[in-house]
Amino acid sequence: MAAGSTYTPIATNTLSSDTATVTFSSISASYTDLVLIINGGTASTGNFYVRFNSDTGSNYSYTALYGTGSAAGSTRESSKTLLYINYYGYGENNLNANTIVNIMNYSNTTTNKTLVARANNTGNGVNANVGLWRSTAAISTILIGADFGGAVNMKSGTTFTLYGIAAA
Amino acid sequence: MLNIVSSILDIATPVSASSYESIATSTVGSGGVASITFSSIAATYTHLQIRGIGRSNRATPADMDSLFIQFNSDTAANYSDHALRGDGATASATSDVSYSQMEMYRIANVYAANVFGAQIVDILDYANTNKYKTIRSLGGVDNNGSGMVALNSGNWRNTAAVTSILLKPAVGTLFNQYTSFALYGIKG
Repeated sequence: MAAGSTYTPIATNTLSSDTATVTFSSISASYTDLVLIINGGTASTGNFYVRFNSDTGSNYSYTALYGTGSAAGSTRESSKTLLYINYYGYGENNLNANTIVNIMNYSNTTTNKTLVARANNTGNGVNANVGLWRSTAAISTILIGADFGGAVNMKSGTTFTLYGIAAA
Repeated sequence: MLNIVSSILDIATPVSASSYESIATSTVGSGGVASITFSSIAATYTHLQIRGIGRSNRATPADMDSLFIQFNSDTAANYSDHALRGDGATASATSDVSYSQMEMYRIANVYAANVFGAQIVDILDYANTNKYKTIRSLGGVDNNGSGMVALNSGNWRNTAAVTSILLKPAVGTLFNQYTSFALYGIKG
């Protein structure tokens, strides 16, 4: 069996002020999966979301499993214009949250794109999400923002790092 | 990088930057395949990770399939598993005991065009010959109105080093074209 080192840092961004969106663009198609690591939170109540390739159409959906500290539940939204990667796992006006997003087989041009994510925050809760972008295009741009029925800023100090994993 | 791989596996000790290696990949061609096997796995890593997208020929409308995993060609009732699942409306849990495989929820089926489920499976301390093997996965499928996300765990009651891994659909008889799973090794 072949073996080769992978899990390569592609780009990183640390917010120096409260910011509406962060974009990773011109993403090479040379990997198999992408891993997006977010450490930090939102400036007020809100979930992180992603959009791909500047698509603002109603082509996103997600299913979430969450725990609030007192209850477990599940929810979903369909035909959305953005894809939530948090649900209770966000940092609300603090930096005490982690979100790890796995964007699977992002560069193939045959399948719609599926991501799985986990997020946690000691103040709000924990979640696991699966999300779908109904497009067969290779993902070359990722926009990250926050939303709670309207745009929410992401908190200063939040870090965003994108990694690529290449299969043999 | 150092802490990222560690955090994914919930490991306290950081690993080196070159410790995550691609071992093998299997992508299903036209016609599908009944199963995918990674064999002759070297014992040179500490942990293994399987990452991939999956879809089976299960025909039941508006439903999904799951991923079955077996080690070392063991088809006996030496496995168990647990899952915490969210179907978009409720959270639920399920388990299997003395099972002939470990079930990881979910992958997609033929119901939704071009939709594939995702699975990331961690196989911890797979080469250790002193303890049973424990795995976990994050997986799911979203079909824009249906789907499921799950946290899964599994156990193989055998102390042998894992040298081969078989993946197959739980209900469907074939993985569909473009299903693709890759095996990675993580050094300690």
